Amino acid sequence: MLKEKKTFWINAGLILLVVLISILPLFIVKDAEFGGADGEAEVAITEINAEYEPWFEPFIEPASGEIESLLFALQAAGGAAVVAYGFGYLKGRSQKEKKVS
Amino acid sequence: MKNKVNKNLQILSVFCVMSGIATSSYGMHIMEGFLPPLWSLSWSVICIPFFIAGLLSMKKIINEDKKSKLILAMVGAFAFVLSALKVPSVTGSCSHATGVGLGAILFGPMVMAVIGAIVLLFQALLLAHGGITTLGANVFSMAIVGPIAAYGIYKLCRKLKAPQWLAVFMGAMLGDLLTYVTTSIQLSLAFPAEVGGVEASLIKFLGIFALTQLPLAISEGLLTVVVVNSLKKYSEQGLINLGRLSKEGKIC
Repeated sequence: MLKEKKTFWINAGLILLVVLISILPLFIVKDAEFGGADGEAEVAITEINAEYEPWFEPFIEPASGEIESLLFALQAAGGAAVVAYGFGYLKGRSQKEKKVS
Repeated sequence: MKNKVNKNLQILSVFCVMSGIATSSYGMHIMEGFLPPLWSLSWSVICIPFFIAGLLSMKKIINEDKKSKLILAMVGAFAFVLSALKVPSVTGSCSHATGVGLGAILFGPMVMAVIGAIVLLFQALLLAHGGITTLGANVFSMAIVGPIAAYGIYKLCRKLKAPQWLAVFMGAMLGDLLTYVTTSIQLSLAFPAEVGGVEASLIKFLGIFALTQLPLAISEGLLTVVVVNSLKKYSEQGLINLGRLSKEGKIC
């Protein structure tokens, strides 16, 4: 029991650390645009080779930034659902095994 | 007349890209159409043997223990979540983690070639993030180099008697970072600078991708430790069956 509590607090601390690492840049780097790193790569490519034209376009492009973020949110939510289901299942199973033994 | 309009549109779109106000925000992976055809094809061909090895490895894992299917699904889902979240970084731009280190450490690197390819295909088809023509190059960096690096570094750390959490952290973090170093190398090979060649381009792309990725790689390392901790708590037996844990409760 003690071990489980310890794991919980260690994990909580680590997650807090991740949140801090993610938020800090917003305060350290003032007046930055926080666009995608790939957008900057595009600029760099055009700087190196001004004549380069992408020779292929995405089949479907999200109609707007809002719809794009909707799709990304769905991806994250779906993934999180599977992870959470898995942990729930494993926890239930481990408790059942404890009761039996 | 129509031709002229087209031409104007073309000039306008080039201008948009050059001034960095391109409306579509692609991915942190190499963008659709941004690798010359020969490179696209080469990277795709290189990926094929890894992908096949991944399928075989996956089949073997499931055949050995049906229960590992659940953890396999969770590992894939973890990669889905992490690669959907774009996070601000110290360079003033955003990127996202890969989430492939976890699976590589638990199941070996080959499985992730398949799982990573699924994630990338999903994003390329539905989100215009990455691309079909650059899929090979992106699979190579995120689903092949990243996992192999994560697995190798994890094993090395364990051999050097590092504690398990540290080995997991180092593996996942460096796997993430090396994914984007690979992306930078791929771009600089395809776009050598006129002055300074591949090296000059490499420095430029590393400055964009690898530097941005550094804090995110640390985050990915920490999150991977969280997941491994939790898995150990609830499913020590499951991990032992995977052959990843020795009997003393340590991932070997």
